[in-house]
Amino acid sequence: MKALRRIRAIATKEARQLARDRLTIGMVVGIPLLQILLFGYAINLDVRNLRAGVADHAGTAWSRQMVTDLQASQVIRFTTQVATPVELTDALRRGEITVGVYVPEDFERRLADPGRPAAQLLVDGSDPTILNVVSQLREMPAPARLPAAEAPLFELRNYYNPERRSAVQIVPALIGVILTMTMVLFTAVAIVRERERGNLEFLITTPVGTLELMIGKLIPYIVIGLVQVSIVLLVGRWLFSVPMRGDLGDVYLAALVFIGASLTLGLLISTLARSQFQAMQLTLFIFLPSILLSGFMFPFDGMPVVAQKIAEVLPLTHFVRLARGIILRGADLGELLPEVRALAVFFIVAITLAVLRFRKRLD
Amino acid sequence: MSTAIMARGLTRRFGILTAVDQLDLDIPKASIYGFLGPNGSGKSTTFRMLCGLLKPSAGEVRVLGHDVTRDTEVIRRRIGYMTQRFSLYDDLSVDENLDFVAEIYGLRRRDKRGRIAAARAEYRLEDLRRQRAATMSGGQRQRLALAAATLHRPELLLLDEPTSAVDPQSRREFWENLFDLVDAGTTILVSTHYMDEAERCHRLAILDHGKIAAEGVPKKLMREIDAAVIEVSCDRPRAAHHALEALEIVRSVTQLGSRLHILVDPGVSDPETGVRQRLADQGLSAAVERTAASLEDVFVAATRKPLAQAAP
Repeated sequence: MKALRRIRAIATKEARQLARDRLTIGMVVGIPLLQILLFGYAINLDVRNLRAGVADHAGTAWSRQMVTDLQASQVIRFTTQVATPVELTDALRRGEITVGVYVPEDFERRLADPGRPAAQLLVDGSDPTILNVVSQLREMPAPARLPAAEAPLFELRNYYNPERRSAVQIVPALIGVILTMTMVLFTAVAIVRERERGNLEFLITTPVGTLELMIGKLIPYIVIGLVQVSIVLLVGRWLFSVPMRGDLGDVYLAALVFIGASLTLGLLISTLARSQFQAMQLTLFIFLPSILLSGFMFPFDGMPVVAQKIAEVLPLTHFVRLARGIILRGADLGELLPEVRALAVFFIVAITLAVLRFRKRLD
Repeated sequence: MSTAIMARGLTRRFGILTAVDQLDLDIPKASIYGFLGPNGSGKSTTFRMLCGLLKPSAGEVRVLGHDVTRDTEVIRRRIGYMTQRFSLYDDLSVDENLDFVAEIYGLRRRDKRGRIAAARAEYRLEDLRRQRAATMSGGQRQRLALAAATLHRPELLLLDEPTSAVDPQSRREFWENLFDLVDAGTTILVSTHYMDEAERCHRLAILDHGKIAAEGVPKKLMREIDAAVIEVSCDRPRAAHHALEALEIVRSVTQLGSRLHILVDPGVSDPETGVRQRLADQGLSAAVERTAASLEDVFVAATRKPLAQAAP
């Protein structure tokens, strides 16, 4: 009971201070607006080893040869084999694969017909970089295909982003980038600032507990984070017509878990840094790899294994998958449970470390 | 139990520096106990150890009957600590700061309003209720800090150089407030480097390089000073200063305007004659007479240097 009152007192105090800090308030609204406009255009790069699934209804020597050839191109890497094209689209929506290859029963006959594509490539177009790369596979030479064939070997099916607009890909992930930037930074300076201004020396001689102090400090920023999510979603809708294929509640739930993970990461930084300046440096140290490795800029599958391992530790990686999955592919939270779990684990580990690092002492 | 703070061999080291060195303290309840010493003499470090902010490197401390390192949280509810630097929130108003402190200490709701109103009246903050702390004067901020530190009615109040950013008038009023608190049964430990404030304490410890150089009731310390004090009035005080410093029996010379206070070893018989002789030899005319010791003299006698030079 008293603990709750203390948490509320800290949260109220923090919110009042925030409301009076014009620069911070400016950042709350300014950063999302600036970023969404800046990242309106995508950056395209080479991609390799995209996870792919295959549904081979023909099952002939030639169809198997074609799958081997696709694998040999190194653009895609087959990780799943399924029975039906429906299962391919399911896996696509869950984010298990980014490319699906469907070989129809009459594959051989279609091969001989220069006017028709012989098979289908199903592509997760929510990332245009992937779409570009995969579309080059269409013209791959195939056994028994006439070199003069008019139709390409594959018919390309672009899922989730049929108009190939980069904004559609950028905006959902941008929510995560903006939250990483603001949430981590705000809380990274939160405790250091109290230390620098001398408030902490008083605060730690009061009965306030470490966990109470941390949670009280987080609450106002959770609200701010959700406001930012709303700004990006609204602007994305108005300016870039980003669709909302999944459940809006799922988006906010995913954002909430991600906000929690980012805020506690900031708190952890705050207990490590000795000055506000150091806290900002450390934030940048987290922010750059987050942007580069999370799959926001470059497709995750195309990165070297080491980079992928690092990316798995960063909360943004998981949120990018969640946001694209829910907003663009219409997946529900249940289908993306591993990502939610990863963020929850991150939150618990980070806040535990922060509480352990923070001592109610000066030495 | 009549002691609020009991310390034996209290020591704190920072690397090779010993900030507080083997301190023994017995601070009686319901009185003002002063720490007098220059910057770096270990005052703040001692305060921080007493409220559990720093862990002692050695020694034993009991505050209000509890072991500080073990029962830190218990003690924290019963003490008030006013830091040397203003540590409330600059960007919050008087009312917001007091409300925050009241909530943190978990004051009962029905007590809260009354206590905050009483504190505002007591510390003359009534007209400043909506004023942000950042825009207030040193004296106003200090009153707010004291109001906040006493809101939960602590039994022991630790005030670390509370008047360093405050004008003389505010300092007088501040001390009036302190005596009111003592009257109500509060024990106050205050550190200062002002002699006039030190004189107002019930008891006093003179700290130098982390050690207690002298301890006792201020009046008694002045009466029982371990030196003879001679006052020299002279129209060329600088020349007299240099002349007397070279004299064997003189322990220290302190200039106060055109007067000099000279401390002489207590064993010397008739030191005035020696001083007069020395001044005459240098062709300086001066009035030389024995005088009562001030607290400054006590400090100089105990630390063998004036307060102003004692800072490292």
